[in-house]
Amino acid sequence: MAGLKELSRKPEKLAPGHRLCGGCGASMAVRQVMMGLPDDVEPVVGCATGCLEVSTTIYPYDSWNVPFVHNAFENAAATVSGVEAAFKGMQRAGKIPADKKMKFVAFGGDGGTYDIGLQSLSGAMERGHDMVYVCYDNGAYMNTGIQRSSATPKGAWATTAEVGKDQQGKQQVRKDLTSIIAAHGVPYVAQSTVGHWKDLVSKAEKAFAVDGPAFLNVLSPCPRGWRIGSDETAQICRWAVDTKFWPLFEVENGVWKLTPVREKNLKPLEDYLRPQGRFKHLFKPENAHIIEEMKADVDAYWAYLEGRVESSKDATSPIE
Amino acid sequence: MTATKPFSATGNQMIAEAMRQADPDVMAAYPITPQTTIVENYAKFVANGAVTTEFVTVESEHSAMSACVGASAAGARVATATASQGLALMWEELFIAAGMRLPIVMANANRALSAPINIHGDHSDVMGARDTGWILLFAETAQEAYDNTVISFPIAEDPDVQLPVMTTLDGFITSHAMERCVMEDDETVRSFVGDYAPANGLLTSPTPLGAGMFANGDSYMKSRYMLRHAIQDSLPVIERVGKAWADTCGRPFDVVDAWECDDAELIVVVLGSAAGNVRHIARELRAAGKKVGVVRPRVYRPFPVKQIAEACKGAKAIAIMDRADSLGGQYGPLAVDVLGALASAGQSAPFHNYIYGLGGNDLTNDLVHKVFDDLEKLADGSLGTGGTSYLGMQEAEGAQNIWLG
Ligand SMILES: Cc1ncc(C[n+]2csc(CCOP(=O)(O)OP(=O)(O)O)c2C)c(N)n1
Ligand code: SF4
Ligand SMILES: [Mg+2]
Repeated sequence: MAGLKELSRKPEKLAPGHRLCGGCGASMAVRQVMMGLPDDVEPVVGCATGCLEVSTTIYPYDSWNVPFVHNAFENAAATVSGVEAAFKGMQRAGKIPADKKMKFVAFGGDGGTYDIGLQSLSGAMERGHDMVYVCYDNGAYMNTGIQRSSATPKGAWATTAEVGKDQQGKQQVRKDLTSIIAAHGVPYVAQSTVGHWKDLVSKAEKAFAVDGPAFLNVLSPCPRGWRIGSDETAQICRWAVDTKFWPLFEVENGVWKLTPVREKNLKPLEDYLRPQGRFKHLFKPENAHIIEEMKADVDAYWAYLEGRVESSKDATSPIE
Repeated sequence: MTATKPFSATGNQMIAEAMRQADPDVMAAYPITPQTTIVENYAKFVANGAVTTEFVTVESEHSAMSACVGASAAGARVATATASQGLALMWEELFIAAGMRLPIVMANANRALSAPINIHGDHSDVMGARDTGWILLFAETAQEAYDNTVISFPIAEDPDVQLPVMTTLDGFITSHAMERCVMEDDETVRSFVGDYAPANGLLTSPTPLGAGMFANGDSYMKSRYMLRHAIQDSLPVIERVGKAWADTCGRPFDVVDAWECDDAELIVVVLGSAAGNVRHIARELRAAGKKVGVVRPRVYRPFPVKQIAEACKGAKAIAIMDRADSLGGQYGPLAVDVLGALASAGQSAPFHNYIYGLGGNDLTNDLVHKVFDDLEKLADGSLGTGGTSYLGMQEAEGAQNIWLG
């Protein structure tokens, strides 16, 4: 992988001057992922409705230096399927040179991916389009005002998972979308964060290298919704990983790889939760049991991933 | 021009053939009765290498239209087909396809909407698309379904139009019944539809193109205003392309088929396959010396206001037959359009609106006779103007609950 210096010299696919909030993880996800695209490949980018889309395409301005299409909220994967199909059909009809290389990329928020767009994504992955789908997961419907999604962590406050006398934020655990997509048997699936640029760019490179579908789930903090400072985005990602809340892992041709957390970096879950206003209520003494439950969930998920790593050691690709 | 010898085919087969001849770059589709045989036929063309089309077998109609939007924005020629619940599921995407000015061609086998679930023909589905910005064509026969589909591509893709076109045929009645048809040869159709190579596609633009932008306030309203003009101004293009095809194939094309309207006093306005049933009785009545006429819009959006008013100008009474209802409104959708057309021309005549044939309910000769009988009463004043009734279901009028009797 190229070093930081080299990467910083790559032409920006997403121009500065867009209207995302300061410290927004979404633009960091886009820039780091797009740094993984080989220089000789032209991309077309599609995006689901959400903060990223409404902040980068406000007519007559357009922050994208690459061809870009927005269609609606739940269908970025289907829309980009169509663009990819157009490329194939037009190449077959001789309308596009046969040697032209292109890649098709879709960005969707967690709402547009885990929830309303899951069917569209599942269909696109199953059909095997040459597409990299990137979920920038900020754990809620931020664009419409911080409503809960199935990516919202248990215990987090959201405007539709309120904190009150009878309820302490979201009651259900986060959906494990990355495993769901891995279960489609696509060649490459990975989970990363915008605070781990080396990890993310190298995973994006692998995703782009695949001839077929690939999926990246990228933790992309939202300072506004998480109630953190706009200078804390990268740091909070590191805590997410060091507390094992958000494991870094990948599934390459059926083989699971989990990035271990070094003993010296390992932190208690509270270190991830405490800086975020959305978890503030959990630190009341009467809510201590919720944090305990969350810790048990984190351990169970880690153990599950270790099990996948162990059992897939000698796996051959299910799609071969 | 070379045409095949006449052969028997269903409307769906004829649409599949027209699409094969236009050879779109992308077809993204999903099965639903009574459209399914269009995509099944197309799948055979794909399997046999008869087309260069990339065939995307999506997991829903919403994704079908979403993929069509992506493909069309990319600069591809795009086609699909659907019906009923599938068209309803696409509803959000219909507006987007038109708003983004994407020349997608879609066949719709017109069918009832649930509930209760019913697979048979009526216009409830397509009427839900009438305000979306799509050009809507109604075929009366399988032959016309073919002709309408052929002309859909050059109409949609005309640089002055750039709008999606829905080429519709009535579920089962036209989609599945065998009729005597002919087809022009592949070369004739290919040269008629031409190549589609827009300079403003995601894959064809020399500079990076942004499609599907976010537009606030003034720019949103401006784009809707431009859309209104685009669809209104498409009527002369539809007429020009339709006439050019008529010259090529020798079958007539009129945006409004006005049968015996020059001196007609009692006029029925009706869409799609039912026009044949109505003309069948009208012919008998003409033979008996009655001045009856039948008006059938072949183009429903843009609504051919002037042509409708012109066709109805001698009317002493008008029956407007709707194969869909506008629940909670006073009249069915076709009636509202026809009345608007007459009003804008300063014309008026006593009229009655019939809702008929829902869920494939038969339009029998007796029912058509009833409509003409009513027209005479409307004309002589013994039946008041402005009523609506469910044809053949008088007991439903004013009844509290037809299920409980
Ligand atoms: C069909 C439909 N339902 C609801 C909405 C309203 N809506 C727009 S964006 C959005 C939330 C987006 O959340 P997410 O995908 O997580 O992206 P984020 O804004 O958090 O970046 C919602 C609910 C919509 N545009 N379309
Ligand atoms: S609300 Fe959150 S996700 Fe949306 S732009 Fe601001 S920081 Fe980014
Ligand atoms: Mg979100």
